[in-house]
Amino acid sequence: MERLIEEIPSFFTIWNIIFLAKAMGVTFLLTAIGCFVGFSVGGLLAIFRKTKSLALLPLRIFIVIYTEIFRRIPFLISLLLMFYIFMILKISDNLFLIATITVCLIATAYIGEIIRSGIESINQTQWDAAEAMNFSYFQILKEVIFPQAWKVILPPAFSFFIMFIKDTALASQIGVMELTFAAKILNNKGFSPLLSFGTILILYFILSFPLDRFGKYMERKLVTNRN
Amino acid sequence: MENIWRENLSQIEIKSLNAYYDKLHVLKDINLNVEKGEILSLIGPSGSGKSSLLKMLVGLLKPKSGNVILNNNQLNYNNNSDLRIIREQIAIVFQQYNLFQNMNVLKNVCIAPTKIQKRNKKQVEEQAINLLEKVGLKDKLKSYPDELSGGQQQRVAIARALCLNPEILLLDEVTSALDPELVQEVLDSVRLLASEGMTMLIVSHEMSFVKEVSSRVVFMDNGSIIEINDPKIIFENPKEKRTSDFVGKILKDK
Amino acid sequence: MGYTLVYTQVFEFFPYLIKGAWISLQIVVLAFFGGMFFGLIFATIRTFGNKLMNNMVIWYVTFFTNTPQLVQIYFLFFALPEFGILLSPFVAVLLGMTLNAAAYLCEIQRAGFLSIRQNELDAAKTLNFTLTQQVKYVILPHIMKVLFPPLSNHYIIMTLGTSMAAIFGVEELTGRAFNINSETFRSVEIFSLTALVYIAITFLATFMLAIIGRYFFKAKMRIIQ
Repeated sequence: MERLIEEIPSFFTIWNIIFLAKAMGVTFLLTAIGCFVGFSVGGLLAIFRKTKSLALLPLRIFIVIYTEIFRRIPFLISLLLMFYIFMILKISDNLFLIATITVCLIATAYIGEIIRSGIESINQTQWDAAEAMNFSYFQILKEVIFPQAWKVILPPAFSFFIMFIKDTALASQIGVMELTFAAKILNNKGFSPLLSFGTILILYFILSFPLDRFGKYMERKLVTNRN
Repeated sequence: MENIWRENLSQIEIKSLNAYYDKLHVLKDINLNVEKGEILSLIGPSGSGKSSLLKMLVGLLKPKSGNVILNNNQLNYNNNSDLRIIREQIAIVFQQYNLFQNMNVLKNVCIAPTKIQKRNKKQVEEQAINLLEKVGLKDKLKSYPDELSGGQQQRVAIARALCLNPEILLLDEVTSALDPELVQEVLDSVRLLASEGMTMLIVSHEMSFVKEVSSRVVFMDNGSIIEINDPKIIFENPKEKRTSDFVGKILKDK
Repeated sequence: MGYTLVYTQVFEFFPYLIKGAWISLQIVVLAFFGGMFFGLIFATIRTFGNKLMNNMVIWYVTFFTNTPQLVQIYFLFFALPEFGILLSPFVAVLLGMTLNAAAYLCEIQRAGFLSIRQNELDAAKTLNFTLTQQVKYVILPHIMKVLFPPLSNHYIIMTLGTSMAAIFGVEELTGRAFNINSETFRSVEIFSLTALVYIAITFLATFMLAIIGRYFFKAKMRIIQ
């Protein structure tokens, strides 16, 4: 215990603090880029998955397979697979790039599902009325469905974002300099694991908790807004 | 397309039409002609195919076999450009109003004419306000569907359908989902339209209304057309047994 | 740069790999039911307990749901020895997953408690149901129907979560993949094969859970789409 208290000043040096801040930035960046791409591409996946034309059937099958695969594999395995593919094919050795691409692929699958659920939650009668008035599939989505669906999509999507912050911890296993990897480095340098991992736990908490509270606040506002 | 030598001046001709909902045979060998300006009512028990027939006409239920000829043009319901032509001539009002929840009343009425028919925005708005005034909702232009009663929503739906300038109007049980006290206001709006000469196909359970406005009544049962006749004959002296059974039960319940 | 995929080398190790799935199963089942048990206690405290205990549970749940499971296990594995508590990798992973699960499953079960409809209870009371009968015929069936989908979903998440045990040397599915990798260096082959095994496992689990849900709890769940 006393040793712990002795260690604190040497642990919280300017260098370490900057180091941790950078790592926190990497964690946040990975999450944010992943979710941004996930939302955009996932949205496209959801839109095209619900088309009905025969010509687009191959695309629909691809989307289903893609989504099921990335939602049924552990993040660790996805990261490792991407890592080794990049290494062996000598595409790039930038670890952050590899992690970002993996994270985008995973987020696209999950957020795509959330968006699809949101679209499906809108009553079929809204589709029928628009279709009977000669709206095209994309016009219906733009004018009728999405304006109603976003309220159903936003809470779970935001929830996913918060959860994803924690999942990026696995990127530490391929050597990306995010928070968990930073903890391991500090631990290996000789600092007390209690201090190293404990501080990282608190840093994750600081990232996640305010967003969590904001998410709950937003959910309450959405429920009372148009009711 | 002028066919002055044709004796048949039907606006809608349905020939030997069959349609399925998944495995269920919901429309069995339907043959029906509708004249221009006619008001045709469809009556029959639940599941008889009345609503399915309307949905089929507007392209929400694709026929398996048979022909539909609109204004002397044979149209293919499985062809997308034909579907567009069909929907430019036929408008439908559903049982469950189907107003777009994310738009106010005025936008609900204006959006299709403006965005799909690509008409002039100002003219569309003028026509919309006129129509809404006709159905008694001039002061609700900026209200949202969830702020309106069932009867009001239904009247907006009727105005919305009319703003498309259709030649044919389909009304699918437009009063069935309403509380009894709201039914009359909707029927008044329909009565008004009937007097203006629009071709209408009405599916309804309101028998006295049907008797009052229809030029002909069609009785359907189990996916087939059983009898087509004058309202007086259908209700007082039906030719088929099934028709008289149904009419007898309905009038007894009144 | 050419690279040929050679799966034959890796297929030799397939039996060894698959046996790892059995260890993964042990971990997830123990952690899940452990989490359910403590989660139930916590949910009960949250719904019926006094202010102090309620707040303690809130802190616990908030902490465990806002920090990564991986780091929680790192902490247990590396920091506890400072206090003289030495945990084997398997136990550390199991403990970490259980504590984590307890937090999430507490929230899920609490939602279940809150979903009880008062008018159903009133009706049961007026029909002279005893408390046990009320629980058996009214409360429990309804709660199980409401809870089954989110619980199943979390179970699947936990199944995938067992893969982080490999980081601590546990020889479950991913751990064995690591071992095979260091023997054959056929990384892409082994990890893609492992991925397929996980996909198969989760499909099997979703399928069985959907069947159980439909027949025992009347909770309708989809498998795909």
